[in-house]
Amino acid sequence: MNNKLKGFALTALSVAISTQAVAQDTPQSGGDIIVTYQNNVATLDPAIGYDWQNWSMIKSLFDGLMDYEPGTTELKTDLAKDYAISEDGLTYTFHLREGVKFHNGREMVASDVKYSLERTINPETQSPGAGFFSSIEGFDEVASGDATELSGITTPDDYTVKIQLSAPDAAFLHIMALNFASVVPKESVEKWGRDFGKHPVGTGAFALEDWSLGQRLTFVKNDDYYRDGIPYLDQIDFEIGQEPNVALMRLQRGEVDIAGDGIPPAQFLQFRNDPEFKELMVSGNQLHTGYLTMNVTMPPLDDVKVRRAINMAINKERIVRIINGRAIPANQPLPPAMPGYDKDYEGYPYDVQKAKALLEEAGFGDGFDTEIYVMNTDPQPRIAQAIQQDLAQIGVRAEIKSLAQANVIAAGGDKDQAPMVWSGGMAWIADFPDPSNFWGPILGCEGAVPGGWNWAWYCNEELDAEAEAADAMVAPDQQEARAERWGEIFTSAMDDAPWVPIFNEKRFTVHSARMGGDDALYVDPVHVPVNYDYIWVK
Amino acid sequence: MTVLKALLKRKTVAIALLYILIVVAAAIFAPWLAPYDPAKQFFEGLTLEGAPLPPNADYWLGTDLLGRDLLSRVIYGAQTSLIIGVVSNGIAVVIGTLVGVTAGFVRGWLGSVLMRLTDLMMAFPALLLAIALAAILQPSLWIVAMVIAMVNWVQIARVIYSETISISSKDFVAVERTIGVSAPRILFSHLLPHLLPTILVWATLGISTTVLLEATLSFLGVGVQPPKPSWGNIIFESQTYFTSAVWLVLFPGIAIIALSLSFNLVGDALRDELDPTLKGRS
Amino acid sequence: MVWYIAKRVVYSLLILLGVTFVTYLLLYMIPADPARQIAGRSATAEVVANIRHQLGLDLPFYEQYVRYLGNLLQGDLGRSYVQRSEVSTLLASRVGPTLQLMVAGIGFELLIGITLGIVAALKRNSVLDQVLMAFSFIGVSSPHFIAAMLALYFFAVYLGWFPLGGYGGVEHLLLPAITLGVLGSGWYSRMVRSSMIDVLHQDFIRTARAKGLGRARVLLRHVLPNAIVPVIPMIGIDIGIFMSGLVVVESVFGWPGLGQLAWQAIQQVDIPIIVGVTMLSAVAIVLGNLVADLAVLFVDPRIDVTKT
Repeated sequence: MNNKLKGFALTALSVAISTQAVAQDTPQSGGDIIVTYQNNVATLDPAIGYDWQNWSMIKSLFDGLMDYEPGTTELKTDLAKDYAISEDGLTYTFHLREGVKFHNGREMVASDVKYSLERTINPETQSPGAGFFSSIEGFDEVASGDATELSGITTPDDYTVKIQLSAPDAAFLHIMALNFASVVPKESVEKWGRDFGKHPVGTGAFALEDWSLGQRLTFVKNDDYYRDGIPYLDQIDFEIGQEPNVALMRLQRGEVDIAGDGIPPAQFLQFRNDPEFKELMVSGNQLHTGYLTMNVTMPPLDDVKVRRAINMAINKERIVRIINGRAIPANQPLPPAMPGYDKDYEGYPYDVQKAKALLEEAGFGDGFDTEIYVMNTDPQPRIAQAIQQDLAQIGVRAEIKSLAQANVIAAGGDKDQAPMVWSGGMAWIADFPDPSNFWGPILGCEGAVPGGWNWAWYCNEELDAEAEAADAMVAPDQQEARAERWGEIFTSAMDDAPWVPIFNEKRFTVHSARMGGDDALYVDPVHVPVNYDYIWVK
Repeated sequence: MTVLKALLKRKTVAIALLYILIVVAAAIFAPWLAPYDPAKQFFEGLTLEGAPLPPNADYWLGTDLLGRDLLSRVIYGAQTSLIIGVVSNGIAVVIGTLVGVTAGFVRGWLGSVLMRLTDLMMAFPALLLAIALAAILQPSLWIVAMVIAMVNWVQIARVIYSETISISSKDFVAVERTIGVSAPRILFSHLLPHLLPTILVWATLGISTTVLLEATLSFLGVGVQPPKPSWGNIIFESQTYFTSAVWLVLFPGIAIIALSLSFNLVGDALRDELDPTLKGRS
Repeated sequence: MVWYIAKRVVYSLLILLGVTFVTYLLLYMIPADPARQIAGRSATAEVVANIRHQLGLDLPFYEQYVRYLGNLLQGDLGRSYVQRSEVSTLLASRVGPTLQLMVAGIGFELLIGITLGIVAALKRNSVLDQVLMAFSFIGVSSPHFIAAMLALYFFAVYLGWFPLGGYGGVEHLLLPAITLGVLGSGWYSRMVRSSMIDVLHQDFIRTARAKGLGRARVLLRHVLPNAIVPVIPMIGIDIGIFMSGLVVVESVFGWPGLGQLAWQAIQQVDIPIIVGVTMLSAVAIVLGNLVADLAVLFVDPRIDVTKT
C-alpha cells in the first residue's frame, strides 16, 4: 500500500470543466504520445500492481472477464461474451469470447481464467488483492496455502467458466473487473517467476515493448487485439521520474501529451486562472471520502454525544479552502457519485455553540485531551492542524502525531493507540464503484480487528446484518432497492457518529491540445488515471 | 573576559554575536514580540481561493498556507531552534567528552570498545540514521533533541579523544604519573583544564550543526510536531507552494542560515583565540 | 605494509557487519507491519499471517538477522516489500544517477574549494581573503534543502536558466551539482588556505624562490602539490557528509538517485530497501576512508604505518 493510493481513484462520471468543443471528434488511428509520471512503476503484474501510475497501464496490457464502458462506471463484458447468474445468486456462469490471443500468440481459454484467479489468491503470489475474492468457494483453503486449486471454479469446456460462491455477493461482477482478476498465461508466469511483473504478457490492447528501469516504458499497439480498431494510438512512451511541476512546464511547451500525476497545488490556481490553459484542464470527481475517525472504544470518544459534538465542531468549508477548493465538503461516508449516496441527508451542521452544549451534557464542559494521527506528507499535517484549531474552539485539546504512512496505519489498526486518525493520503478511495466497498473494511465489524482499516473500531452488528442482506440482493431488478438500502445503512451509522466525514476530493488533470477523445477518458473513473485504449491524436 | 574582548574586536564576530543575542531575545520574549498567536489560523489570512498572502501591512512577512502570521511563527521558531541547539548539543558534548576522555585517558577494554563504537557510528550516513531513529521513536521536540544528540556526539568524541591522547603523552603528565599522582587528580587538574578550550569551541560549532539537522529533519516531516513552529517545519509545510510563495522559504531560511553561520563564526574565532598552537598563524 | 592494508580491510569489514546489525535492529523496532503492507487493505487475517510466515517475519530477531546475513553473503539483498523487485536491481538502477551527481558535486566542491583556498592564501589577510572565508562559512552553514529550494527558485523559476529539476542531460545535472559543490566547498577552501600558508612558510619554498625560480612555477610545482595532500583524506571523510546532503538535494530536484529511493522507502517503511541503501552508503563511506588512508601513504611517504 503506498502513497500513490491517494490517487488510486475511481473518478466519477461528472466532468466539470470541459475542453472547448472539438472540431473533429471522430477518432483517428495512429500517433505516438508521451505520458509522464513522477514515481517509479514497480510492477506490471496484474495480481500485484496497486499504484496510481500502474493501474490503468495494467488495464491496457491485460483483460478480465468484466470491464466498464470507457469513461464510466457502467459494467460491460470483456473477455466474457456473456454471463448468467443463478436464482440464489451463488453461481456465475461466464461464456468466453473465442479466438482471443495472448501477446505470445496462444489462445486464451477457460483454464487460464481459473489459473489466474487461483494465482492471485495463492499466498505465494503475495497479492494485495487476494482478499477481494473471499466469497468464492474454496477461498480459505487456497488462501491458507492448504490447496492450490479453488473448488468453486470449474471449466466444463474451453469457453465456459463456472464460479460458485459461498455467500451471495452483489458486487461480484465488479470484483471480476478488478485488475487482480486479469487473465494471465500460465507458461509466461512460470517462465519469468517473480519477475513476471517486468515481463507482462496479457491479452490487452497494448503490449510492453521496452522498459528501462526507473526511466522509461514503451507500450506498442497490439494488432491482434480482439476489439476492432482499438486502440487508436500506435505507441505510448511513459517517462518516469518527472516531477509534476516539471511535467506541467514541459506540457506547456508541447513536449508532453499527458501529465499523469495531474496538476500540483502550486500550479493549480495559476492554471485555473489562465485562459490559455484553463481549456486543457479536465476535472472529475473521485469515489473518495476523507474522514476523521474517532475510536469508539476509547473514552471519552466512546460517548456518542462527544462524537456528535466533534462532528458539529469542524469547519469543513475552511478545510476545503485550505486545499484550494480541490474538494467538496462531505456529510456522510459515501461520496456523491456512489450508488446509495443520500442527497437529502443533512448530516451534522457546523455549529460550535451546539457542539459545546453537547460536550457539556456529556460531562466534558472543560473539554479533554486527545491525539490526532496523521500521515506526514503535505497537505495532511496542515489539514490536521485546521481540525486541531476547530476542536480547540470547543475545548478539545488534540495533540498531532504526524508519522510516516505505514506507522499511522499501524497505529490505527491497534485498538488502544490512536483516538483519532485523519484518513487523508491513506483512505478511502473505492476499489470498485459499489457501496459495499465503503462498509466492510472501514466501518464493518470485519475491519475492526487488529491490523484492520476500521480505525474507528466501530462494530454495529445490526447494521452488519443489514449489509449482508443488501449484498444478497443480486438480481438486476433489485439494484435500485439495494442502493437505497445501503444508503440507509450509512446514514444510520452516522447516528452513531464514528467518523467526521470531511470532504470528497476531486481530481484535476491536463493534456496537450493535440489529444482527442472524451474528457471523461482522461479522468476515467475505473481506468485510473487515463483510459489509454480509447484516446487518440488529432 | 579577555577572550570576549578579543572576539568583539573582530567585526564579523561581533555581528554574529549580536545576531545570536537577537535570536535568544526573540525566543525568550516571543510572547511579547510576536504580533499574533503563532498557531492562530486567520480566516482573512488566506485568499478566498486558499492561497497565502505575501508580505503586507497586517502580516509583515506574509501568511503561511493555513493563514497564520509568518512573522509570529518565525519568532516562536527561534525557541525551537535554540532549545534543540542547547539541549541536544549539550547532551552530545557531554557524551562526546565522556567517550573521548574514557577512550583516551582511561583506555583499557572500555576505551577500545568505545572507539570501535565511534568508528561504527562514523560509517553511518548520519541523516539516514537520524530519520530512522525519528521514525521509530515518534517525533516530538525532546525526542528530536535526543535523536540529534545520538548522531552528533561522534565527531566531538573523536576530537576529544585525540586531544586527550596528545595531552596525556606530554612530559608533565608522564612525570606526575611516575611520581604517583592519582589518575583522578591528573584528570581534574591537568586534563580537563587543557581540554576545556577544545570543548568550548566544539560546543559552539556543534550548535550550528544541531540547528541545521533539526531544520532538515523537520523539513523531511520527521522533526518537531505541528503546530509548534520550527524554522524547518515552516518550510516543510510550504514546500509544494514555494515556486509561487517564495517568502515562505526565504524568511525562515535566512533565519536558519544566519544562526548557523553566527555560531560557526563565533566558534571559529574562539578556536583562534583559545588554541595557542594556532595563534599568529594566519 | 601489506599487513597494514590487510588489517585495515578486515577492520572495515567488521564495521560493515556492525552497520548491518544496527540498521536491521532499528528497523525491526519500527511499529509498522510489513506483512500488512504487502497484503493490502482487503486482506484477511489469514492471508497476512501467511505472508508474515513466508517472509520469515514471525521468526525471532536473531534468526531473521542471521538469515539476512546468509543471503547477503550470496549477494542477495532481498526483495522490496512495496516495489516487489530485487533490491539489488533497484539499487543498480539508482546508482548511475547518484554517482553522476556525486562525481559532479564533489568535482565542484574541489574546484570551488581549492580555487578559493589558493586565492585566499595568496591574498592573505586582505579584504578579499576575509570575504572568501566568510563565503566558505555561509556554504557550510546552509542547510541543503534551503539552498536547493532557493537555487531552484532563483535560477530555474525566476531566471529560467536551468530546467526545474528532473533527470536527463547536463543542464539537469548542473544546478544540483553546483548547489552541492558550493555548500561543500567551505571545508576544502579553509583547509587548502591554511595548508598553503603552511607550505609557503617552509624552507624548501624559500630555497626554491631564492634559487630564482619564477613565482608561478614555484606555486605550481612545489606549493600546490604539497598543499593538496591533506585534501585527499578529506575527500574520503567527505563522502559520508555528502551522502546526507544527497538525500535532501535529490528529493528537492527530483533526481532519481539513491537518496530519493531511500527517502521513499523510509516513508513506506520498505525495510529491505532501507537496509540496502544504508549498507551501500556505509560501504561507500568505509571504502572512501580506506582508500583515502591508503592514498595518503603513497602521496606522502613521510607517514609511518608501523605506528598506526
